[in-house]
Amino acid sequence: MWDYTDKVKDYFFNPKNAGALAEANAVGEVGAISCGDALKLMLKVVPETEIIEDARFQTFGCGSAIASSSALTELVIGKTLTEALEMTNQDIADFLGGLPPEKMHCSVMGYEALQAAIANYRGEEWHDDHEEGALLCKCFGVDEGMVERAVRMNKLTTIEQVTAFTKAGGGCLTCFDGLEACLAKVNAEMVAEGLLAEHEAYRLGGTSQAVVKQKAREMRGFVKAPEEPKPAPAAAPMISLDQIALVPPPSSAAPSASGGLTMLKKIRLVEETIEEMRPYLRQDGGDCELIDVDGNTVKVKLSGACVGCQMSSVTISGIQERLAVKIGLPFRVVPV
Amino acid sequence: MTPVYLDNNATTRVEPSVVAAMLPFFTEQFGNASSIHAFGAEVGGALKTARRELQALLGAEHDHEIVYTAGGTESDSTAIFSALESLPDRTEIITSKVEHPAILAVCDHLEKTGRARIHRIGVDKAGRLDLDAYRAALSDKVALVTFMWANNETGTIFPVEGLAEMAKAVGALFHTDAVQAVGKVPIDMKSSVIDMLSLSGHKLHGPKGIGALYVRRGTRFKPLIRGGHQERGRRAGTENAPAIVGLGKAAALALQHMEEENTRVKALRDRLEAGIQQRIPNCFVNGDKDDRLPNTCNVAFEYVEGEAILLHLNRAGIAASSGSACTSGSLEPSHVLRAMDIPFTAAHGSIRFSFSRENTDQDVDRVLDVLPGILEKLRDLSPFWAGTNETPKAFKPVYA
Repeated sequence: MWDYTDKVKDYFFNPKNAGALAEANAVGEVGAISCGDALKLMLKVVPETEIIEDARFQTFGCGSAIASSSALTELVIGKTLTEALEMTNQDIADFLGGLPPEKMHCSVMGYEALQAAIANYRGEEWHDDHEEGALLCKCFGVDEGMVERAVRMNKLTTIEQVTAFTKAGGGCLTCFDGLEACLAKVNAEMVAEGLLAEHEAYRLGGTSQAVVKQKAREMRGFVKAPEEPKPAPAAAPMISLDQIALVPPPSSAAPSASGGLTMLKKIRLVEETIEEMRPYLRQDGGDCELIDVDGNTVKVKLSGACVGCQMSSVTISGIQERLAVKIGLPFRVVPV
Repeated sequence: MTPVYLDNNATTRVEPSVVAAMLPFFTEQFGNASSIHAFGAEVGGALKTARRELQALLGAEHDHEIVYTAGGTESDSTAIFSALESLPDRTEIITSKVEHPAILAVCDHLEKTGRARIHRIGVDKAGRLDLDAYRAALSDKVALVTFMWANNETGTIFPVEGLAEMAKAVGALFHTDAVQAVGKVPIDMKSSVIDMLSLSGHKLHGPKGIGALYVRRGTRFKPLIRGGHQERGRRAGTENAPAIVGLGKAAALALQHMEEENTRVKALRDRLEAGIQQRIPNCFVNGDKDDRLPNTCNVAFEYVEGEAILLHLNRAGIAASSGSACTSGSLEPSHVLRAMDIPFTAAHGSIRFSFSRENTDQDVDRVLDVLPGILEKLRDLSPFWAGTNETPKAFKPVYA
């Protein structure tokens, strides 16, 4: 279960200002039932003073969504619209004594609802219909504008944070490139405006996309995280696992297609693979020579620093994995 | 207030007599079963008895068909890797979209690293397997077919016997993740064609950290963990004697209570299910009502979110679980409910109650007592419910 503060629990179990507000003259609705949370914020604004006299909410969502909504109403009652517009989602989180990082999107939902309600009062169109820039995340209906605001307001610098604050990228993650571009763009603007240190900013191409994407998926429990690769000791001839992981996997049709490989072709492919790995082995003072290919068994001779090295089994399985990825057939690599 | 524990598909309480059976093997009979001296011998004898007790629960022909592991997850991994290594000319695996992550994550990894091609067979709205898709995926390239016996979230039972026969017809190995089924439904491996079966101790009132993989005699097998002769070389590592003894005792008790599980426990489940549907509008049961574990009840409540229900239940001393996104840390509802095409409106509000023989009539009363109030309260908060007394939107589930 989540580590909710006592205040979150209190505002969830005994929400203040819950229910419909009949005399509301400002209404903001955000989220959708399909996304797992939705909030309808209703405000009663005194026209002469623009003071928010009363606020109520209706929320479909988890504990922190309900608590955040209730906190929002407590925060805005008595404020003028101008004051209310200055509020950020962080104010909601702070009011509750903090939210678990994965639940920050609940506070963002509150912020968005407030903006929407005030826009509604002023007769403006609240751009929650994905017309504010492109719709980035189709799974959760998050547009570019919302991502930009969340990044700017909370100084977000990673894709993981963007997902925690906006839910964008929390589903299929096909929007990864779009999220990345948006995050990098806003971070660059923030650096130019002096709001963010340059080294903190997210830069396109700063990290291998494959690695970042994999990390984002792991964080969300989509795939199991691989063991942290240990840094290779200088003398040990070991193929770092990321060097292998970066090779794109073959299409799923590859294994069957390569079933009809001729022996000659197979040997050539094996040779090629070993050739590709040789620089990494040499770097560590080792070497590897192909002796024979017998069916799916590849016989190799390790030499140099590889001989007697405890890491040689890692090297062997590295070659094996590389062969499987490259040729699409399971090979057994045997040192002779 | 005594807590009401209705999350037995997550884990069960270890039966006190099981704990008592285990205790001597920590401090008195602590020997290594492999040792030649008296310390080892007495442990060896106890392990043999425990193995026979588990053999009886599975209806296995030979006691050496049981390979002890550290749990269901290890058993699943062992079965998958063993099949791929034993049949090197076959590089495909067939599984379903509703398996436990212990199967799905391994398959994803094998696919990603190019070591196997994975067929993930879908299910219908009641969670029943798409047999046509399965038939179409079968070929002589398939090394392993792995389907769960019973689903952990909905309790839906797959017809594993028939599925296994289809797999055998193309020469593939058949494995079933029976972690939720063992101890709840009768199993007789003697009269089955299933090659491998995974089980876990802590789902049947045994200890955590122990499980087993049944491997039919004569099945081609490669170990996952090497480095010792234990389990006839099929799973190296000093035997976890206390846990194996505990699992044996738990298996004996499960066999003894099998009938109760399918009568009294089932009646409790049915009464809860009927009571909920009587008292609470806009809810329906997930899963195959005709072919389901006797202890599992998965109900979808429309217009509310699962975590909110669980937090209220927890405050009332009732433990259950949810397929909602918010409880898991992911942002999407459970892969099982999504595969069943349960609408998002209801998937987010799905709650699983899972019983065991330790539950009582009072437990059901307690839930029926507090749950309607919780739903009412949360629905009043929900903008989609609108607080009216009428049904907000005509709700005719096609899947109920």
